[in-house]
Amino acid sequence: MPELMYREALNQALAEEMERDANVFLIGEEVGRYNGAFKVSQGLLDRFGSARIIDAPISELGFAGMSVGAAMVGLRPVVEMMTWNFAILAMDQIVNNAAKLRHMSGGQLRCPIVFRGPGGAGGRLSSQHSQALEANYAHFPGLKVIAPATPADAKGLLKSAIRDENPVIMFEGERLYALKGEVPEGEHVVPIGKADVKREGTDVTIITWSRMYYFCMEAAEQLAKEGISAEVLDLRTLRPLDEEAILASVRKTNRVVIVEEGWALAGVGASVVDIIQSKAFDDLDAPVERVTGLDVNMSYAANLENATQPDAPKIIAAVKKVLYREGA
Amino acid sequence: MASPYSKELLLTMYRKMYLIRRFEERAGQQYTLGKIAGFCHLYIGQEAVAVGPNEAIRPDDYMLSAYRDHGQPLARGSDAGMVMAELFGRGTGYSKGKGGSMHIFDIEHHFYGGYGIVGGQIPLAAGMAFASRYRNEDRVTVCYFGDAAANQGAFHETFNMASKWKLPVIYICENNRYGMGTAISRTSAVPEIYKRAAAYGMRGEPVDGMDCLKMYEAVKDAAAYCRAGKGPVLLEANTYRFRGHSMADPANYRTKQEVEEERKNDPIPKLRDYALKQKLAEDAQFDAIEEEVKAQVDAAVKFADESPEPSLDELWRDTIVAEGEEDVRPRERVLGMKVTNWPKYPSGQELKVTWDLEPREQAEQADKKAGLSR
Repeated sequence: MPELMYREALNQALAEEMERDANVFLIGEEVGRYNGAFKVSQGLLDRFGSARIIDAPISELGFAGMSVGAAMVGLRPVVEMMTWNFAILAMDQIVNNAAKLRHMSGGQLRCPIVFRGPGGAGGRLSSQHSQALEANYAHFPGLKVIAPATPADAKGLLKSAIRDENPVIMFEGERLYALKGEVPEGEHVVPIGKADVKREGTDVTIITWSRMYYFCMEAAEQLAKEGISAEVLDLRTLRPLDEEAILASVRKTNRVVIVEEGWALAGVGASVVDIIQSKAFDDLDAPVERVTGLDVNMSYAANLENATQPDAPKIIAAVKKVLYREGA
Repeated sequence: MASPYSKELLLTMYRKMYLIRRFEERAGQQYTLGKIAGFCHLYIGQEAVAVGPNEAIRPDDYMLSAYRDHGQPLARGSDAGMVMAELFGRGTGYSKGKGGSMHIFDIEHHFYGGYGIVGGQIPLAAGMAFASRYRNEDRVTVCYFGDAAANQGAFHETFNMASKWKLPVIYICENNRYGMGTAISRTSAVPEIYKRAAAYGMRGEPVDGMDCLKMYEAVKDAAAYCRAGKGPVLLEANTYRFRGHSMADPANYRTKQEVEEERKNDPIPKLRDYALKQKLAEDAQFDAIEEEVKAQVDAAVKFADESPEPSLDELWRDTIVAEGEEDVRPRERVLGMKVTNWPKYPSGQELKVTWDLEPREQAEQADKKAGLSR
């Protein structure tokens, strides 16, 4: 299997879907002649032309709404948000229009559109550029939300998102784009709504998504050296949540740690805890632990920035807590 | 001078304006009876702004509006009973009672909805026009919004894109002088909305929104301009609502004299007088139309009142489109009618995109001029 960078996998997915379907177009800031702020759209302008790879003005609400309108009449826009921080300006169009068109029209309209871009900490960019905002979108009926961690999942989920008949919100990661991983060749589609056991284990389940996945894998490997077998469940989709996969893993290991880059209050992890306590309470041998971003705004200083985010040592500590091996 | 308008056109316009007037009067009455709830924004006084433009465009052109949205679908030809049923929150409404007064959608008649967030539909219209250019169709999109929406970011962001990309969209600002209870002149540095088009290199004109024929002419001309690929147009229809912002608004921020004065400018008798003066129609014809419309609206109210509420299992429908799920065609669903003009879009395999939004040659010349090499 060829190894690709996360950004290359996304690029492949875009190119393949645009090749397959002329209704698909990409719009966003710097996607065309600049080849993408993070080079996801590298080479696509030359290949597909300026009506299908569109350099937008810095008007997030404007071009998001314009794309929703195009989707209402049969096109399939992919809207690149340079980062999800900037998409806050477009939230009205995403939430009040895209997510509600099917409903308001009583089933007359559909809105097949993808909003995608990097979320999470940027790396020494301070608070306006470093936020994990997926919980906001996971809140809304009418949307689907995906947050792949690996290049293979990035490609497969983006292809599914473009083919989906609903608005799909895709969280990528500024610090994921250059990561490499194996990506299957040819038609590779990952279904929306399916979590993936990325590492099998028996003692504890670590549930996560997006960039935190890598810290969880690092923690799991270290734990293995101490004889603790951790299962890592990558949710991949945050709306709808894969309840079946969550409960199956909980029933297997009886102990759970949920790792989330964003803030704890009203986070996606809180909803996962809710599913577990209401449907698998008797399977638990310990209260569920959460490792989240600290309840503060992100700082620029390296030490403060690092301390704000989850990392492998914090995850290991949480695992030991649910195993009652604190200080062991 | 002989009138350039046919008798048929004038009578059609009269019928539609009278239908809107009558429909809205009855809607207001039903609101006070408790049959309609929530927000209910009446179109009384503004009828010419919906009817003139509709007669000037093709039935397959796209149209959308804000939340004062009963007038446009009625002008387009929507079923009055099903619009009323939507206001009543009944399952036989266009949106099964899920949208209500502010969200009338009738896709069969190419009416793409009423939107409740001020200015939120402005970018949507540009996107629909974008799709028309993308598919190389000569369709235009007509988008209504109120005067207060011109102070939203959506207005400015969209106008910039629509003009830059020469999108075939006609924006009609319905300037009824008040954003809810606040006079537009109190909140706007430039209260003449049409002037703002100039900032985006775009055509912008004021129109007498109390005159159906002037609205007709303005949109006919704008549509030809759009279809010729010359870009978007902003028309500021100066109009007046005879009633409050919504049924909940007693409109104490306007004087009685002001409203009385504006009522003299009523677009409905104005059109009738014109036709009579031109000897294109007689009183008896107008009286007959009025009787027919009254009966039509009575039947609409009866239909709505006798219709059931939506079934509770509707709660779980129309949030997410399931795989293979078809779109709902309201008149087929409610009246069992065969809907033949439901929009069809080319598949991604049939479609050939020929539009060059930013021609390569142009881009290369700009690079050369700047001393860049790519």
